[in-house]
Amino acid sequence: MSIPTQQEISAEIAEIAEAAGRAARPGDDARTRIDYPPYRSSILRHPTKDPRHADPETIERWAPCFGQRDVHPLEADLTIGAHAGTNSAVSGEPIGERITVTGRIVDGDGRPVAGQLVEIWQANAAGRYIHKNEQHPAPLDPNFTGVGRCLTGPDGEYHFRTIKPGPYPWGNHRNAWRPAHIHFSIFGRAFTQRLVTQMYFPGDPLFALDPIYQAITDQKARDALVATYDHDLTVPDHSMGYRWDVVLTGGGRTWTEPEEADE
Amino acid sequence: MITPGQTVGPFFGQALPYDGDNELVPPGRADAIRLHGAVYDGEGTPIPDALVEIWQADADGAVPRETGSLHRDGWTFTGWGRCQTDRTGHYSFTTVLPGPTEAGPTQAGPTQEGPGSAAPFFAVVVFARGLLDRLFTRAYLPGHPANAGDPLLASLSEEERATLVATPDATGLRFDIRLQGEGETVFLQHR
Repeated sequence: MSIPTQQEISAEIAEIAEAAGRAARPGDDARTRIDYPPYRSSILRHPTKDPRHADPETIERWAPCFGQRDVHPLEADLTIGAHAGTNSAVSGEPIGERITVTGRIVDGDGRPVAGQLVEIWQANAAGRYIHKNEQHPAPLDPNFTGVGRCLTGPDGEYHFRTIKPGPYPWGNHRNAWRPAHIHFSIFGRAFTQRLVTQMYFPGDPLFALDPIYQAITDQKARDALVATYDHDLTVPDHSMGYRWDVVLTGGGRTWTEPEEADE
Repeated sequence: MITPGQTVGPFFGQALPYDGDNELVPPGRADAIRLHGAVYDGEGTPIPDALVEIWQADADGAVPRETGSLHRDGWTFTGWGRCQTDRTGHYSFTTVLPGPTEAGPTQAGPTQEGPGSAAPFFAVVVFARGLLDRLFTRAYLPGHPANAGDPLLASLSEEERATLVATPDATGLRFDIRLQGEGETVFLQHR
């Protein structure tokens, strides 16, 4: 099987987008398609049957609890090398554009997701991940692990300090590049709201070419993954700032709220 | 606008797994069981870069409200665990059997005394490179009398039902997850 070109992948993306446009009813395409052949690795890794609708049972209406035992406050700062709880011997400044990434996490009813775990991971400024299977020969940054955690505040807000990741080449097709992104792992108020996604940066020229981002065929839904540059989040003579808010879903509307005496 | 999911990708290994992530209870504990299995793709090939998480009630059916999953102390049951599949696509948790969280929708049959209970299960979520969004499913306990009254299990064909009920083995329970094809696991969309 020959390796497809960007032109071939782009043509597949366009064909699916056109079909989606013809068939569109509002809200139809707000979810990421799991059957999306332009992302070649998805072909054998998606269910072919529709998911079964199920009323969430008690355990699914609750989420696991995380707290100060789990996360050290310094883990939210990826620009300091020596992370609490790691054996990192890093002491210098990472290379790249320092940024603050912050926002609010709410559920589908707009209720803040307070005191919950947020985990992130990302490439360094040169587009390189720390991973044993990483093939990209861009330089590793000895002062950047690209991994962070935090707990959301009372109003669902999260806050990270990091550096802006670079675009990253991958093997989906010839000369394939991922738009710069930060991976987010997010817990909600219920197990059914569990979310792993990617945050992108505004105006990335790779958006149109990327079969992972384009697996969401609705433009408004895709936009929900793109952060906004926020000058109020910049630090003079130090760092840029981006804001990205998250709205979770998953059965939050139809069930009676359990007692929250322990929250 | 709901925030859509995206694949966990290939590089979560540095970020999400941690020491003790799959040990909801210490392996030596008297009532510890193993919940394990493999994650397969549409050709039956094991997936070595998947991530499985479970969330469950404790043995008495209480929903855990304790923190500490990321730094386990060996005594606190948090009800949540995470396991990256290994090179053979295999995952494994050490945990306890979840108890029923409440009375069931139907009264018990002749196999159980007292009031019926809801069927206990492990809530399961799966992520993988190549899988563009999370998948939710449930691992039910084999032979549990309440399974017969479970609304989800009752709505499935026998073949589908079999994908959601773990099978007993020497160390506990086996629960394989097939993302596609023959024996495809039933995945859930919560209302």
